[in-house]
Amino acid sequence: MIAGHAAAGEVPDTSRLSHLVRQECGSCHGLALTGGLGAPLTPDRLARWDREQVAAIILDGIPGSPMPPWRALISEGDARWIADVLKRGTLP
Amino acid sequence: MINVLRYVAGVLLGAVIVSAAAAELRGTGDLGIVVERASGSVAVVDTSKRSVLGRIQGLGDLSHASAVFSRDQRFAFVFGRDGGLSKIDLLKMTVAKRVLQAGNSIGGAISDDGALVAVSNYEPGGVRVFDADTLTPVADIPAIGAGGKTSKTVGLVDLPGRRFAYALYDAGEIWVADFSQGDTPRLTKLAGIGRLPYDGNVTPDGRHYLAGLFGEDGVVHVDMWKEPLAAKRILNGYGRGEEPLPVYKMPHLEGWAATSDALLLPAVGRHELIAVDPRRFDEVGRVATYGQPVFAVARPDGRHVWVNFAHPLNDTIDVVDVPTLNVVHRFKAGPAVLHLEFTPRGHEVWVSVRDADRVQIYDTATFAKKAELDVASPSGIFFSARANRIGQ
Repeated sequence: MIAGHAAAGEVPDTSRLSHLVRQECGSCHGLALTGGLGAPLTPDRLARWDREQVAAIILDGIPGSPMPPWRALISEGDARWIADVLKRGTLP
Repeated sequence: MINVLRYVAGVLLGAVIVSAAAAELRGTGDLGIVVERASGSVAVVDTSKRSVLGRIQGLGDLSHASAVFSRDQRFAFVFGRDGGLSKIDLLKMTVAKRVLQAGNSIGGAISDDGALVAVSNYEPGGVRVFDADTLTPVADIPAIGAGGKTSKTVGLVDLPGRRFAYALYDAGEIWVADFSQGDTPRLTKLAGIGRLPYDGNVTPDGRHYLAGLFGEDGVVHVDMWKEPLAAKRILNGYGRGEEPLPVYKMPHLEGWAATSDALLLPAVGRHELIAVDPRRFDEVGRVATYGQPVFAVARPDGRHVWVNFAHPLNDTIDVVDVPTLNVVHRFKAGPAVLHLEFTPRGHEVWVSVRDADRVQIYDTATFAKKAELDVASPSGIFFSARANRIGQ
């Protein structure tokens, strides 16, 4: 895996993840994460889910929708970091 | 005093240079634009000299942007993610007009007479149509499907006869808006076509509209020459019941590979192109590709199709030979290949390599790289020759 997994307890590579979220998530959710074919990923829209739920959606996708599972590409720690920064609106 | 004279002479000299440049005549048939995704600008390019002529800034959020051209190929209409519709002047390199027409848009089309620009919107959904000269509103067509649901619209194309076709993503419908009788469109609505049409396109003759479905294994076909219009399902169950692979980026049908032998369509959730007979619209073959295809674009002569792929396999391009359906060339172009555009008769192809901040230009006969241009976070590449094509 080119991207590399952060093993449990490892510090996520935040610059790689931030680029991934903006560019790859952004291709459906918008570069500014304000929505596109996919829903906005703004703190108010994500408020209904806790961090673990958002991380689970990232890792396992939403079956029957275009949201794919990212588990093959990122670790659980990565997903939690993404969930945190999206919920707080602090994506670097 | 001498300083003042020197200053005045400098100003005069400057003025002479400026007016000489302004007086230099040039055509626009070999120009194009490259969207600079992150900076809200486009680079204006000269495809003969393989050079960047300048930049036009201030076009808003271009994270998912596309463009169409005026009939005289002087102006491009750029559709931005933030609902911005910008009319840019390729000769003066200025923004001639700009309106924020919606909250979130996806693309657009220009009518065959060049008079109407239609924009496909996610927020608030529907299609809005503008006067191409002034960008004043002409028509607002909300997309409320048979189920009463407001819908995002996708796959908006022009059709001959001052018409536009598009698909309703949430409602699962295809609509045709006919402006041949004036500025109030006559709408034809085809409902119940299937789940989540994610994009659509029309063959270069303007006859066959196809919409790809995300929610089902299949494609929807409408023959625009057959009245009354009807949506027919083709390629049903192309996934053969296998579990689809994750799709990290939606395929696009824009710029799809329509050749005289076959249409090559990206399969969703499969690392394949499906070859479709261009008259019977049944499957005639498959091409195993490097990854999930995003764009499959035919060289204008139709002999080869160039394909790029979704993340994380987006560093590679496959070139497919259409008569044999074989991948005849596979190469690493660089990190994050987002788009490609052929010169009008296909001798060269321009490729956006986003994470290298480069556009790379290849000879399509030898596959040799001929030039590289520095372009910041490049995405869509659009050449003015699109002005002369149906369905662009």
